[in-house]
Amino acid sequence: MDTSTTYNYKVVRQFAIMTVVWGIVGMLVGVYIAAELVWPQLNMDIPWLTFSRLRPLHTNAVIFAFGGCALFATSYYVVQRTCQTRLMSDKLAAFTFWGWQLIIVLAAVTLPLGITTSKEYAELEWPIDILITIVWVVYAIVFFGTIMKRRTKHIYVANWFYGAFILTIALLHVVNSAEIPVSLTKSYSVYPGAIDAMVQWWYGHNAVGFFLTAGFLGMMYYFIPKQANRPVYSYRLSVVHFWALISVYMWAGPHHLHYTALPDWVQSVGMVFSLILLAPSWGGMINGIMTLSGAWHKLRDDPILKFLIVSVSFYGMSTFEGPMMSIKTVNSLSHYTDWTIGHVHSGALGWVAMVTIGAMYFLIPRMFGKEKMYSTPLVELHFWIATIGVVLYIASMWMAGVMQGLMWRAVNPDGTLTYSFVETVKAMHPFYFVRMLGGLAFLSGMLIMAYNVIKTVAGQRPVEGAIPQAA
Amino acid sequence: MDMELITILRSVFTVLVFATFIGIWIWAWSGKRKRDFEDAANLPFADGDIAAQTNEKDMHHE
Repeated sequence: MDTSTTYNYKVVRQFAIMTVVWGIVGMLVGVYIAAELVWPQLNMDIPWLTFSRLRPLHTNAVIFAFGGCALFATSYYVVQRTCQTRLMSDKLAAFTFWGWQLIIVLAAVTLPLGITTSKEYAELEWPIDILITIVWVVYAIVFFGTIMKRRTKHIYVANWFYGAFILTIALLHVVNSAEIPVSLTKSYSVYPGAIDAMVQWWYGHNAVGFFLTAGFLGMMYYFIPKQANRPVYSYRLSVVHFWALISVYMWAGPHHLHYTALPDWVQSVGMVFSLILLAPSWGGMINGIMTLSGAWHKLRDDPILKFLIVSVSFYGMSTFEGPMMSIKTVNSLSHYTDWTIGHVHSGALGWVAMVTIGAMYFLIPRMFGKEKMYSTPLVELHFWIATIGVVLYIASMWMAGVMQGLMWRAVNPDGTLTYSFVETVKAMHPFYFVRMLGGLAFLSGMLIMAYNVIKTVAGQRPVEGAIPQAA
Repeated sequence: MDMELITILRSVFTVLVFATFIGIWIWAWSGKRKRDFEDAANLPFADGDIAAQTNEKDMHHE
């Protein structure tokens, strides 16, 4: 096969299919642990099935397996098509695919076994950390190498976001994973006490900012214009959006550590920068949504566009909620409650998953030489089930969280606590049930997607896209 | 290093970052960039994808 005239669709196809697979696996684990909170007997007294071990499995699977595969797939697709050149190396791209899948499998084995660094979203132990670093460096080489051999004059804005995501994750991962191994499966962080906490949440918040935001904004800047068939609303706004977002995000991490041993002034810095973050976030949201300006009618009968636009709306919602929750006085109510869980899922399901699903419905048929999915009504059905699922999830967690916060802080006139802890747990029960239903609805949508994908690709031969030749 | 110098450096840095931010706005909105940005914004449509071919009719008008 002549590779000089075609794009590398193989690696895109592999990552796109695995996005659907890992999405179902990760969300299934999520629904299971949501059910465990309703019916604790579900752990069946088996250590591997306890909430404490499955919860990191869920977060790792949905963020790094589902989200990660989606980012690999779309970044490889977008960088090739907007640079009008094939990936810089097929072999290295294949290495990132198999390497990433191996990391996911290792995570799926070690986390239920209880092998963990106990750092949130960075639970994987040191041998896997090293493997992640190697795969990530190769990813950076493939991505930036492709940009360097581009045949277009400009670097499209989506690639700027993908590039920032790749560079920053490398930095965050290496710094936060600095650890001293004591055995093959156990290591300790090199940072002490409050410094460790600060490094962890500098990592944690920027994982949200760059893995779950910048990368997916890259997706937004390519797939919304493509699906709406019109260029982005304002390209110069996208330039300001990019620089403002990446310079502000870095400083917001301390809001995860309000009222802790972290110095007070660092907490205030985190809060102020979180509030400033509203501006670039909403600038980006407006840019995405306004791309449809003058073509709103397309929303009516295009469920893929519905996924994309509603995802950006959820992005706007959660990036308003986030700064609000970072205000210290609000945080004193919301922190450690289920409100945080609701907030995370309005971002994770509403924004990240929905933009990913929209992009996959665009991408997957094209990877097999088809114009669209096997069934558009099923895409529509998926959209409504997913939307109902997200709304049930976040509304129940808002109510649960605020109630929890109010119960924890309620005191009697003599200064004793009004409620014992177990009373607050009991009050959560109906909301945990509704949350599980919301999760179940979202998972059902993914199963509909899987069926639709199977019907779309069945009997189709994989294709390679042709690179437009210079006129 | 004494605290006073650190404080001055912090202030200088804040002003520099702010000036850079304003600079990016001016740069992005300058008339000279308009043509380049239009070209860049159309990159996703420059490569003859399936959708762009089939829906060509509703491009470029409001």
